[in-house]
This record gives sequence, C-alpha cells and structure tokens, in this order.
Amino acid sequence: MDATHAHGHAHAGGHEEHAHRPTGILRWLTTTNHKDIGTMYLWFSFTMFLVGGVMALIIRAELFQPGLQVTNPDFFNQMTTLHGLIMVFGAIMPAFVGFANWQIPMMIGAPDMAFPRLNNWSFWLLPPAASLLVTSMFVPGGAASAGWTLYAPLTIQLGMGMDLTIFAVHILGMSSILGSINIITTILNMRAPGMTMMKMPLFCWTWLITAYLLIAVMPVLAGAVTMLLTDRHFGTHFFNPAGGGDPVLFQHIFWFFGHPEVYIIAIPAFGVISQVIPAFSRKPLFGYASMVYATASIAILSFIVWAHHMYTVGLPVTAQLFFMYATTLIAVPTGVKVFNWVATMFKGSLSFETPMLFACGFLFLFTMGGFTGLVLSITPVDVALHDSYYVVAHFHYVMVAGALFSAFAGVYFWLPKWTGRMYNETLGKWHFWLSFIFFNVAFFPQHFLGLAGMPRRIPDYALQFTDFNVISSIGGFGFGLAQLLFLYVVVTTIRSGAKAPARPWEGADTLEWTHLPTPPPYHTWETPPVVK
Amino acid sequence: MIGKGMKSVALAGLLWLASGAAMAQAKYNLQPPQSSTAQQIYDLHTLILWICVAIFIGVFSVMLYAIVKHRKSVGHKAASFHEHTTVEIIWTVIPFFVLIGMAYPATKTLLAMRDTSSPDMTVKVTGYQWKWGYDYLQGQGEGIRFFSMLATPRDQIEGRAPKGEHYLLEVDNPLIVPLGKKVRILTTAQDVIHSWWVPALGVKQDANPGFIRDTWFRADREGTYRGQCAELCGKDHGFMPVVVQVVAPEKYTAWVAEQKRKMAAAAAEPARQWTLDELRAHGEKVYAANCVACHQATGMGVPGAFPALSGSKVVTGPKEAQINVVLNGVAKGGKPTAMASFKQLSDADIAAVITYTRNSWANKTGEAISPADVRALRK
Repeated sequence: MDATHAHGHAHAGGHEEHAHRPTGILRWLTTTNHKDIGTMYLWFSFTMFLVGGVMALIIRAELFQPGLQVTNPDFFNQMTTLHGLIMVFGAIMPAFVGFANWQIPMMIGAPDMAFPRLNNWSFWLLPPAASLLVTSMFVPGGAASAGWTLYAPLTIQLGMGMDLTIFAVHILGMSSILGSINIITTILNMRAPGMTMMKMPLFCWTWLITAYLLIAVMPVLAGAVTMLLTDRHFGTHFFNPAGGGDPVLFQHIFWFFGHPEVYIIAIPAFGVISQVIPAFSRKPLFGYASMVYATASIAILSFIVWAHHMYTVGLPVTAQLFFMYATTLIAVPTGVKVFNWVATMFKGSLSFETPMLFACGFLFLFTMGGFTGLVLSITPVDVALHDSYYVVAHFHYVMVAGALFSAFAGVYFWLPKWTGRMYNETLGKWHFWLSFIFFNVAFFPQHFLGLAGMPRRIPDYALQFTDFNVISSIGGFGFGLAQLLFLYVVVTTIRSGAKAPARPWEGADTLEWTHLPTPPPYHTWETPPVVK
Repeated sequence: MIGKGMKSVALAGLLWLASGAAMAQAKYNLQPPQSSTAQQIYDLHTLILWICVAIFIGVFSVMLYAIVKHRKSVGHKAASFHEHTTVEIIWTVIPFFVLIGMAYPATKTLLAMRDTSSPDMTVKVTGYQWKWGYDYLQGQGEGIRFFSMLATPRDQIEGRAPKGEHYLLEVDNPLIVPLGKKVRILTTAQDVIHSWWVPALGVKQDANPGFIRDTWFRADREGTYRGQCAELCGKDHGFMPVVVQVVAPEKYTAWVAEQKRKMAAAAAEPARQWTLDELRAHGEKVYAANCVACHQATGMGVPGAFPALSGSKVVTGPKEAQINVVLNGVAKGGKPTAMASFKQLSDADIAAVITYTRNSWANKTGEAISPADVRALRK
C-alpha cells in the first residue's frame, strides 16, 4: 500500500493541547474519540472474559469428579448459561468491536468513526447490560438456567433472573446495531482519497461484512426474546403448546440469529489473522480478492444453514437434506481461506513473534474445529453427536482457539502501535505456549467424551467418563491461569514497557504502520492521506 | 538391576497400550453399534474422519514445510507472488467434489433412518421433568404403560456411599423390547423439551411438548443399552437416564404376560381399604420417586425456587385443594409452573403421597386420604 505522506498527524500534537477534554472518569464517560472507545471496549471485554472464565472454572471444578461436590444442579445450569452469554456477548464480540474502533479509522485514513457520539453510546450500553446479567444471579430463583440458547418452554418456567437476561439481551443487541451502523458508515464514506474498496486492508472488509450480518440478525434475536417475554408475562402463546404455540418455533428464530452470530464472531477474527500472517511472512496476502469473495460467501451462506442446530427436533427429511447440503457448502469458502493463509506463508520469510504464534495456533486449531464442524454437518452423524460433549469441543475449538487466539494475536500485534511500548516477547511466547497446550488438554478429550455418549450441560456423569473429565478440568484450570499472565504482560507493557520502534514489524504495511508515528497522536488523519 | 527395572517399565507400558487398544472401541470412538442404523452412522463417521485426516495432513504438511524451510532465521527470502488463478480455482472445485462424495452416503443413511414405515411395534415415549413414561401403543404388549426413573440412590450422588457400576445410568423400569423387531418410537413431552437418546442404537429424538415426532430402531443383539436425556430440561436434566433392554422374543412374550397379570391385579386395587400407616409407607416411596427432587427429603423445598411442604398452608389445609394441586399442577397467570400435573399416577399413589405429606415433618394432621377421595376429584 502506497500513500503520499500527507502529514495528517503533524498538527495533531498542537491540537491536543487546547482540546480541553475533561480528565478522570469524566474523560471516559464523555469521550467521543475512537481510540479511547476502542480501549474501553477492549478492557470491558477482558473483564467479562475473566468473569465468564471464573464461571467456566466452577463448571470444570464440579466436573472434576463424578458426584455433586461444588455446586447443586440448578446453580450449575446457571453457570453454563451465564458462561455462554457472557463469553459470546460480553467478551468476544466487544473485543472485536474494540479492534474495529482502534483500527478501522487508522487503516482507511479516517479521522474518527462516522458518528462519534453514537460510538460513545454504543459502548456505554454494555456495562448496564453486563450488570443485569451478573446481578441476575442474586435475585430470587437465581439467574437464567436454560443454557445460552434460552430454549422455550423451559425459559417460560424460570424466575425473574430470566427477565433480567431478556432485558440484557435487548440492550446488548441495541449496542451491536448502533456499533454496526457506525462501522458501515465509516467504511463506506470516510475512506481516504484513493483508498478504493479493493485496496482496503482485509480487516476492514471482514468488519464491513460482519456489521451487515449484525444489523440483519440482532433484531431477530431481539424479536425472539421479546416473544419469550410476552409469553412469560402478557398472555401470548408463541411457544406454549397448551395455547397452540410451537416450542420449535423459538429454535428456528433463535438459530436464524444464532448461526450468523457464529460468523459475526469468526469473520473479524479472520480479518485479524489476514493482517498478521502477511506481516510475519513478509509477503502480501495470497488471493486478496478471493478472500473478500470467500468472506462474503460465508456470510450469505450463514443465513441458510440455521437448522443444522436442529437436526434432532424432527424436521421433515427434505429439510434435513437441504440444511445438510447447505452446511457442507460452507466448507468450500472456509477451505479457500485456510488455503490462502497457508499459501501466504509458503515461500515467505517467516518469523515467529507472539502475534504470529497465535496466528499459527489459530490456523491449526480453527481448522480442527472446522473439520469437526464438517463431521457435525452430516445429519446422521450429528444425530449421534448432537448435544454431546463433541459439540462442546467443536465450538470451543472455533470460539477459543479461533476467535480468542485471533484476538490475542491482534493485541500483541497492535499493542506496540497503541501504547508506543513493546511487550515482553519471552512472556508473550510463554503465554502462547501455555494457552496452546492447556487449551488442547482441556478440550481435545471432550471429543472422546462426546463420541462415547456424554451429554452436555450435566453437572454429574457416569463413571466411564471420569478419566477424560479429570484431564479436561486440569487443562481448564491451566488455561485459566495462563490468562493471568496475559494480564500481567499487558499491564507491564503499558506501565513500563520499552519504547517501541515506529515499525516494530518490518512486514506490516498498512497505513497505521507506514504513515503514523508510534504511538499515534490522540487525533489522527485530520488531513487524509492520499493512497495511490 | 537397572535392566530389570527397565524391563518391568516396558512391560507395564505394553500392557497399558494393549488395554488402551482393547478399550479403544468404547473410549475413543462411538459406542459399539447394536443396530443397523447405529452401524451406518458409525461407518459414515469413520469415512468422514479419514477424509478430514487426509486433508489435515495435506494442508498442514505444507504449512509445516513452510514453517521449517521458509524462515527468516534460516535466511529464506520472501517471494512476492500473491495470486494464482488456476490454483485458486482448483482448490475451490476439488472440495466441492469431496463434499458430494460425503453427501451421497449421508443421504442414503438419512433416508433409511427416517423411514418409520411398517413397524413391528410402536412405543410412545413421554418426557417429564425428570423421568420417562413408556406406553406400548401397538404390537405385542399393547396397553402396557409405566414410568422409568433414575434408580441411583441420592447417597451415591452426594458422595455418602460408593458409586455403583451403572451410576446415573440405571432406572427402576427399563424399556423392554424384543430382539430383531422394528420398534417405532413416538416422542412427546409433558412440560419442556427433552430428548430420548440411546447411543448404541443410533437413536436420538427430541420430545417436544404438544407435538409427536418419531424414530425407530431394530436391535441386533440382546443386551442393556444405556443413554440419557440429551436436551437441557431443567434442574435434574442430568438425572433422567434412558435404559433399553433388548431380550429374545420368547423372553419378551413372557415379560408381556407378566405385565398383563400385574395390570389385572392393579385394576382390582381401588376396592382395597388402606390404613393410615399403609398409606404413609407407600406414600414415602411415591414421594421419593416423584417429589423429592424439588421439595427435598426434608420437605423444606429450595427457597426461591421450590416451596416447602413442611408447614405449608396447602398441605395442612383442606384436602381437596391439595389433591387438586397434585392432579392438575399449578399455573400462575395462565402459565404452567414447575409444579406439573401428576394425574398420570394412580389414585392409590396420589392418595398415599398426599397422606404422607400431611403426616410428615411439621405436618401432623392425622388424616388418611383414600383413593376414592382422589377419584372423586379427577376431571
């Protein structure tokens, strides 16, 4: 990417002096700066990651041995439900919105997001929503305990914790929709002169596509939980068979949101990986155009595969066949992406700093999650594995080793740019290897548990499942502890890291590396760069 | 000395490997299939697994080669290619054909799995929070109906007693079916969604309240096959196992005859006069099977979730109100609550359990409720 050096940042330092922005907590409450908001999104996400992580460890502690030792069955169900909701809506999604806030304006040469005040509002909707979820544990009857999928009619039975959850989901959905409107408008209208769509860094493309997915499906989720709410309190019978409703209707609506949601999480992760791998291969991304088309294909296909989550509800056989064929088709564009990343590395000049390690870990383990996804897409095989631990293993390979590893890659990659300081490479590598090893110790044995017939969401299990559960719990605790190392690395970088060079990664060639100082000033691109 | 030590370590290692291989069937793979459907699923899974392994090896040997040979630290200079139309078309088209190769056997298996026509017998399976009900609707044994509940004692679950061999996978009344017969299963549920799952028979079918769905199996070998509810259905989702016992046809005939005899005896039951002590003793058993999960052995319930019976106004008040609650369940604002209807229990069972609750813990009414009281209030 070649841009004439427009010195867009040259006046920024002076401008900052007379910005008169408030200090302390008010600065963060009132800020409309994309960098501040990005930072808040990332810290919020990490906080929720720790909260959801503690819940996961409570689950793994209970499952360490057969019998009930740590929890009672009802509290166990609350933990699996909150763990899922918090990790999906509180940790992973906000993390990538944080990346979008920091990176998209810098990468396309825009001074800020298109709607800075809306941006502030999108973020500040999150803490109340998270508080509703967390405090729902302390109301009579406890938190929602029907799993993050909130299937009716079980959710019609639950206490007021469920109402708080519904309200939280509404607020989270609102935040996502507002954020998406901002991202789409920014990308479509605020690119620097010469920055055509097909010259944008792939990360921006993946977020553009993700934002459209969010706008399409978040209202659907809001609709589903609103129908639950009216079934619970206002005498409707959408899902109550006693009143002529259909419990399976909820699943159709939920998964019409839920499957694109999987890609809402995965696609920005693909974007980060598509920046990191070329940078450390010192070679341009292979097949840029086909990457864009593959991402768009995945997004479109994600709307016609939802019922592969429902192979055992008793759909007509023709519907099962349709959803099986459509689902297997997703393997084609996903395969294209994996092949392109490997081809980018091939004949490059590779080095393996922490971001690249996480990117390789992503590539390896996400592909494994893709393979188990292919196994599950085959309806007859899914009948054997549906709602078993095999599914738990599958989606943790995609969500943790996929999305989370990609977020780690992104943090290590851009932290020097954001803070102007270098992280400790040795500790970063330790964090990678501990995460990589303990992740596999925790989740690989769960494939065997699922194949052997252990259902998911049970607080206690038959004796033949003991060995692998012990191993899985040890891995879970190891993985959890390794994340404290990550916190330590990030905090010490910010406080006392060595000064980062302007371009710590010689292969990184997007605008924020080539045309902005490290760290970037508070306001960047007041004069847009001209991209040739 | 050291040599001897080495030898025994090697021997132990070999033994461990051998035992691993022997257990591999059950431990690292799907359970050994016991029906044609399960066998087809097993084979399909094996096929797809090997295809995935082949692709995995292909893709990652290229990546591994690049990681080893194309490192900056070994002085490799980066090439500058970034597209190749032919290659890109090839790796888009080839997976497409691989997928067709997988979809063909999958389609065949699926069509066979869904063909529930001309069964030898039909059993309706009803999911309840948290037990299974079995009704033999058609074929040999027609008219037999019973409930199937977890038989593992709470002492084992709470760690006060050593756990038995079939911990959490044992029930009081298993589903009994004859060997080699096509058994059609109809699933439905009383309260929330459950899922009837027997891995070794290759059967998993959700049980949706208000709807009937079907599946089938034909067992190839005699034996006891154990599974669990697969769909989260509330607090005791993990404690409602499915046990299917496949027996030879002549044993099945004998079992059916015995069940018919018992049913005839039960039909004569209402004429029987019960004493207070008999009702309490029987009621304690009914309570342990149906009520204890929520209302607890202490009768104190779970605060905020399940109300206490000890000292309850309903339990110590007029008997008609309590019989109504047990027969019809409790609805709040037109919505069913966790207190479901128990009308599927016999008059004697309901009378006994109500007598038990009215004369246990802090409740000392001294009343005996007769089966006739219950019958009078049935709608």
